[in-house]
Amino acid sequence: MLDPQIIVAGVLNGLLAGGIYVLVAVGLTLIYGVLHIINFAHGSLLMLAMYAVFWLWRLVGVDPYIALPLVTAGAFVFGFVLYRLVIGRFSHGRDENILLITLGLSIVVDNIALLFFGGDTQTIDVPYAGRFVELGAAFLPLPKIISFAASLVLCVILGLYMAKSDTGKAIRAVAKERQGARLVGIDVDNIFAISYGIGIACLGAAACLLMPTFYVTPTSGHAFVLVAFTIVVLGGMGSFIGAAIGGFIIGITEALGGLFLGEQLGQIGISLIFILILLFKPTGLFGSKA
Amino acid sequence: MNRTIALCGAGLAAAVIFPLFASNYFVNIGLLVFFVAFIGQSWNIAGGFAGQTSFGHVVFFGTGAYTSTILQVTYGWNPWLAWLAAMLAGAIVGWMIAVLSFRAGLRGSYFALITLAFAEVFRILANSVPFTRGGLGMLIKADQRPLNFQFRDPIWFYYLALALCVISLLIAWRLTRNRFGARLVAIRENEDAARALGIDVFAEKVKVLTLSGAMCAAGGTFYAQKYLYIDPSIAFGVDKSVEMLLVSMVGGAGTIFGPLIGSVALTVINEVTRGLASVVPALKNVQPLSLVVYGIMLVLIVARLPDGLMGLFRRKPRHA
Amino acid sequence: MLEVRELSKSFGGLKAVDHASLDVRQGEIVGLIGPNGAGKTTLFAAIAGFHAPDAGRVAFEGKDITGWPPHRICSAGMVRTFQITQPFAKISVRENIMVGAYFRTADRKRAEREAEAVAGMVGMAGQLDQMGADLTVAGRKRLELARALATSPRLLLLDEVMAGLNPTEITEIVAVIRAIRDSGVTILLIEHVMQAVTSLAERVYVLNQGRMIADGTPAAIAENPEVVEAYLGHGAAKVLRA
Repeated sequence: MLDPQIIVAGVLNGLLAGGIYVLVAVGLTLIYGVLHIINFAHGSLLMLAMYAVFWLWRLVGVDPYIALPLVTAGAFVFGFVLYRLVIGRFSHGRDENILLITLGLSIVVDNIALLFFGGDTQTIDVPYAGRFVELGAAFLPLPKIISFAASLVLCVILGLYMAKSDTGKAIRAVAKERQGARLVGIDVDNIFAISYGIGIACLGAAACLLMPTFYVTPTSGHAFVLVAFTIVVLGGMGSFIGAAIGGFIIGITEALGGLFLGEQLGQIGISLIFILILLFKPTGLFGSKA
Repeated sequence: MNRTIALCGAGLAAAVIFPLFASNYFVNIGLLVFFVAFIGQSWNIAGGFAGQTSFGHVVFFGTGAYTSTILQVTYGWNPWLAWLAAMLAGAIVGWMIAVLSFRAGLRGSYFALITLAFAEVFRILANSVPFTRGGLGMLIKADQRPLNFQFRDPIWFYYLALALCVISLLIAWRLTRNRFGARLVAIRENEDAARALGIDVFAEKVKVLTLSGAMCAAGGTFYAQKYLYIDPSIAFGVDKSVEMLLVSMVGGAGTIFGPLIGSVALTVINEVTRGLASVVPALKNVQPLSLVVYGIMLVLIVARLPDGLMGLFRRKPRHA
Repeated sequence: MLEVRELSKSFGGLKAVDHASLDVRQGEIVGLIGPNGAGKTTLFAAIAGFHAPDAGRVAFEGKDITGWPPHRICSAGMVRTFQITQPFAKISVRENIMVGAYFRTADRKRAEREAEAVAGMVGMAGQLDQMGADLTVAGRKRLELARALATSPRLLLLDEVMAGLNPTEITEIVAVIRAIRDSGVTILLIEHVMQAVTSLAERVYVLNQGRMIADGTPAAIAENPEVVEAYLGHGAAKVLRA
C-alpha cells in the first residue's frame, strides 16, 4: 500500500493539473454549447498556442505569464477568423461532417507545425521553474500553483462575462434558442464567431500557463484532445460547472492512475472514463437531457 | 456497365503485369497503394456504406497484427493459420465495440469519439501488458519461406496486397447489389426511416462492424508479416485510423472504388512532394507536407464534394 | 385487427397520450384527427414501436405487440410513415422503395420488380431513377407511402400524407389511398385537416390533449360540439350554433 502522504501529494498535484484542464475544457464546452459542434482541432490549436508562447520567449524573451494577455487576445482573433473563413462556412449538415472538418484542420495544423518547427521537444526555461512550495507533506511546484490560481481566476472572469455583459447574454441566448435569438435581432453568425474565438482564447491562456512546466511538440495536441473531450463528456456537454468539476476529477484520476498503475498503464483511466460515461451516462454529471 | 467491366479487367491486367516491368521501388509503392486501399475499404464498409464514422479503426488493425504475431512468436503457430485467428479476433473486437456502442445508442460524432477512445485503451494496454512485450514491440524472426508467410521476392507481397484489394472491391461491389448493402445505405441515410421499414438497425450495424473488424485485422497481420515488426504505436496509433478514413473520404465514402482512388491520390501527392523536396531544399521534411495537402483535401471534400474524387468522374447514377 | 387500450405516454411529466383507446377493423380506412399537439404522432409512434408506452396495451391481429421493436411489428404486418418525410436522399426512388421490398425477399431481382409494381401503384413509375433528395413535397409523400407499402403490410399507419399538398395533389393521393385499401390493406391515418379525412375515412377518432374525446362517422364527428371546441376554442360550438 502506498504511503498516504504520497497519495495526498498526488491528489494535490492532480488538482493543480486539473486547473489548467478546466480552462481547456471550458473552451471546448463553450464551443459545443453554443455552436453544437465538436471541435476536434482543439488539441492542435492548443499546441499552436503553446508554440506561440515558446517562440515569444525564445525570440523576444517574453515571460509566458507576461505573454498571457497578448497570446489570449491573439488566440481570440485567430479563432474568430478561423470560424469566419473555414468552420462557419462549412458548419452545416451532419454532425460527423463538422467533426471531419475539424479533424482535417487538426491534420493541417499538426503538420504545418511539424514542417516549420520540426519534431523536437521544446521547453521554456524560466527562473522560477524549479521553485517549490511546501504544503503539509507535499512539495508543489510554484509555477503549477500560479497556473492553477490564474486559471481559476480566468474561469471566474469568463463566467462573470457570460453572466453580466451584453455579449455574454447574447451568447447564452444563442446557445439556448438559436431561432429565437435571431428573431430578436441578435447577429447569430457573429455570436458564433465570437464564441469560437473565446473558446480558442481559453487555449491561448492555457498555453501560457502550461509552458513553464510543460513541453511542446507538434503532437502535443493529441495528448490533450482526449483529455479535454473526457472532461467535457464527464461534466455534460455544454455545461460550464460540469467542465470545471470534470477538470478536477480528471486531473486527480490522472495523478492517481500514474501513482497506482505506473506511468504507462496510468493513462488508461482517462480513456476508460470516457468510454464508460458515453456508454452508461451520456448526459454526463451535469448535462441536460439531449 | 460493360465498359466498367472492361475497364476493371484492363486495370487488373495492368496491375498484374506491372511488377514485371517496374523497379523494386515502384513495386513497393504499388504494394502500399493496394494495402492502404484494402484497409481503407474495411473502414469504408462501416464508415462509407453504413455511415458509422469511426476515428479509431486502427483498433482492429492492431488486434489483427498482435493476435497473429503473438500466436506465431509466443505459441509457435503457423502464420497462415494465425492469420485466420487474427481475423476472428478482429471480428470479435468489432462485434464487442458495436454491441456496447450501439446498445448505448451512440451515433455520429459520439460513435467516432468512442472508437478513438477504444483504440487508445488498446494502445495503452499493448504498451503495458507483458505478453505484447510492451513498448519494445515484437519482432518476427525472419525465415523466408512461403509456408511462413514470408517471401524472398517482394513481388509476392505485392500480389498478395493486390489480391486483398481485389477481394475488398468484390465485397464492396456485393454490397451495392444485395439486401445487406441496401439496408446499410438506408441506415446511413436515415436511421428512423430504416427502422420503420422493418430493418433491425442494431443488428445490421453490429454485423457490418464485425465484418469491417475482421477485414481490418487481416490487414494488420499482412503488415506484421511484411515488416516483421510491430509496436503499440504502429499497431494502435491514431495515424493509421486517420489514413483509413482519409483515403475513403477523399476517394469517395460509400463508393466501391473510393478507397482505392484515395489511396492512389495519397501516393501521388506523396511522390510529388518528395519530388518537390528534392528541388526545394527547404522542404526537407516531406511527410508533413503531403499530410497538409491531405488535410486541406479532407476539409474541401467534406464541405463541397461529399462523393469524393469519385464524384468528379461519375455520371449521374443510372439504374444498371 | 388493431386494438389499442388505455395507452399512455408522457415525456418529462407532460402527458402526451393519456389513456387513449382505438380499434381498427380489417378493410377499413380509419382517421385519427385532432388539433396540433394533441398527441397524434406520439400515439402512432407508440403503436408502431418507436416509443415504449408507459401504460396500456397494443394488440395486432390478436397478438399483444406492446413494446415490440419496430422491425418485429413490421414483420407482423404493420408499418408506419412519417409526417416529416424521411427519404433516403442519396439513392434513387427505385432503391428507396427496394429497401422496403427487401423486407419480404432477399432476392434483388424480385425486390426490384416489387418496387416497380409499387411505384406504379402510387403513380411514381416515371420517377424511378430520380434521387430521393430531388423529389417535390408531393413526390416525397408518395415515396413515403410507396416504401411502406413495399413491405407488404396488412395495416398501414399514415402520418399526415396530405399535409402540405395542394388540392389537386390531395385529390390524387386520396385516390391512391383508396386503391391501396381496395387491394386489401387496412389503413389508419392521421390528419390535421378535417376535410381531408371526411372524404376518405369511414370512421374517425378525435384526440385532444392526449385524450380520445370522440369517435364515429365523419358526419357525426363534424357535428360533435366537443370536437368543434377542441378545434376552434372554448365557446366556439355555441357561437357556431347561434
